[in-house]
Amino acid sequence: MALIRWLGEENSLFRELDRMQREFDRLLSWNRPSLFGGYAPSVYPPMNIYDDGESFIVRAEVPGVDPKDLDVSVVNDTLTIKGKRLIPECSENACYHRQERSEGEFRRAFTLSDRVDSSKVMAEVKNGILEVRLPRAESAKARRIQVKAS
Amino acid sequence: MSEKKELQVTPKKSIEKSAGEPTRENVSFMPDVDIVEDNENITLYADLPGVTKDNLSIDVQDNVLTLTATVNPLPEHHRLVYREYDVGGFSRRFTLGERIDQAKISAKLENGVLTLNLPKAEEAKPRKIEIVSK
Repeated sequence: MALIRWLGEENSLFRELDRMQREFDRLLSWNRPSLFGGYAPSVYPPMNIYDDGESFIVRAEVPGVDPKDLDVSVVNDTLTIKGKRLIPECSENACYHRQERSEGEFRRAFTLSDRVDSSKVMAEVKNGILEVRLPRAESAKARRIQVKAS
Repeated sequence: MSEKKELQVTPKKSIEKSAGEPTRENVSFMPDVDIVEDNENITLYADLPGVTKDNLSIDVQDNVLTLTATVNPLPEHHRLVYREYDVGGFSRRFTLGERIDQAKISAKLENGVLTLNLPKAEEAKPRKIEIVSK
């Protein structure tokens, strides 16, 4: 299980993730540069994180995972995504020409920073993509400061 | 750790330009597939996360099966802050060894997986020859 600590500052959060990623890559000597110079992930499911100003949005590709077999939970400050993917068995007289898809279980957890309102986390799975929305806490939202002229 | 099998990450395979794929701006990947054949059908399962039925095209011509799919771009104000996978469409082509009854092809898209059922043409089905003994 990969436990990734979400630190207070947004910037240091991603710096921390980056650092862990590099560390894993170094340990595994698995340094596949992707199209845009990123790194191959080591824990299923691979995730992208987006920021739309209001929330952080975690997206993961989980094709073939039945939404019933997917469990997203927040306990205290830990967000856990776990589930399993099953490949239906085929009949006895069938033969495989290609077998590239695999089945198994997965589990991934994060510690949420206090900049995220963990009571408002929402998850949705659509067309094989899991989307977890982590709204920013009120205290972490950008505020306009009134400048007073005296 | 339990004894259950842990699902591993398979890095997405981007399509190389040298493979003669269309040179569109969009990035395209080779979807992972299972292809199963029994007496009646060839069934293809393809992982196509993020693909809707409107974005998927399936074409069988001269025994060449072509799958092409695009994914809708994310809203522009979604700023990518951390990346482990690349987003793009899918494309893959197969030559079918068996004659397919094109009129009876059926397809289903569920949870990001395409199930494509390709029924064999009558003449391609295995036939049992009755031996008449006198």
